[in-house]
Amino acid sequence: MSQALLTVIGEDRPGIVAAVTQALYVADCAIGDASMMRLGGYFTIMQVIEYSRDFGTVEAALDPAVRRLGLRVHLDPISSLPQQEDVANVRITVYGADHPGIVASVTGALAGLGFNIIDLESERSGNPERPLYVMVIQGSAPGGVENVRKILEPLKEQEGIEISVHATDTVLF
Amino acid sequence: MAVLPVLAYPDARLQRVSVPVECFDDDLRKFAGDLTETMYAGPGGVGIAAPQVDRLLRIVVVDVRPRLGEACHGLMVLINPELVAWEGMAVGREGCMSVPDFTGNVIRAEKIQVRARDVQGRDRFYECEGFEARAVQHEMDHLDGLLFLDRLVSRKTDLFRRKKYQTREPGPA
Repeated sequence: MSQALLTVIGEDRPGIVAAVTQALYVADCAIGDASMMRLGGYFTIMQVIEYSRDFGTVEAALDPAVRRLGLRVHLDPISSLPQQEDVANVRITVYGADHPGIVASVTGALAGLGFNIIDLESERSGNPERPLYVMVIQGSAPGGVENVRKILEPLKEQEGIEISVHATDTVLF
Repeated sequence: MAVLPVLAYPDARLQRVSVPVECFDDDLRKFAGDLTETMYAGPGGVGIAAPQVDRLLRIVVVDVRPRLGEACHGLMVLINPELVAWEGMAVGREGCMSVPDFTGNVIRAEKIQVRARDVQGRDRFYECEGFEARAVQHEMDHLDGLLFLDRLVSRKTDLFRRKKYQTREPGPA
């Protein structure tokens, strides 16, 4: 089995996931980790697939769905990496009046700590004249939650945003 | 005392509903001892429920001292436990020794009141919060054949996001 990362985007409408995954199933592909969500009116899929035949077969299998639903598809071969050891131990919530630079300043500060972002989701919402930006980051902070709080604290005033930092330890029962 | 084998999903026996304990005898006390020893021997070591060792009895054992030190109730053997009150909600990432290698976000009450019997059949009443409350709720779910997998919330789910759904129409209370 070989692995590939499959990217699919198309204007959101019912049936995209069903059409794509059915085509993959028929082409003997197995689906691994996946993220599928609507972004800005488009439906987006990024997923790891395992395929037993060649790339061309996968593309040919997807073709009817691509045409019918107006999708754009991209396949990248990837090698299988060992399971990452770090788990999310911190969740950061950021919100404020939208303006350029929020993500860059927050993630720049985090990168300085060696913080590894595992999941970042954001949304621009609110009134079009006064848009609100909301972002939730989950990741692994090697130095723990207090270091993250300390490094982000000055950004509240600097960027005029609210930032809250929570420890999200995984507990095994 | 003995360490008992622990069932792992997808073993269908984990999804059965346990029955109340009626006989508070030496056999029960021996089993409660074995269950406690099995808990301490586990990877998490802070909680276990009887159905996890293939005994369909409403018994859970929780001891979160490995994590919280003495700031908790210590060893609790809860027989026929009932949740009589709860408040607050918190998201936390949980794992379970019956669900190897998978963790996920679950919403639990932050504070709970539990009524139960002890191994002598005496009435007991506990108020738990935070991590201890989460452990009790996780273990009590096993008595109803539920795993934390049944309560998974999306990575995107966050209490912060839920706030916008909690606004109520103004009007008479």
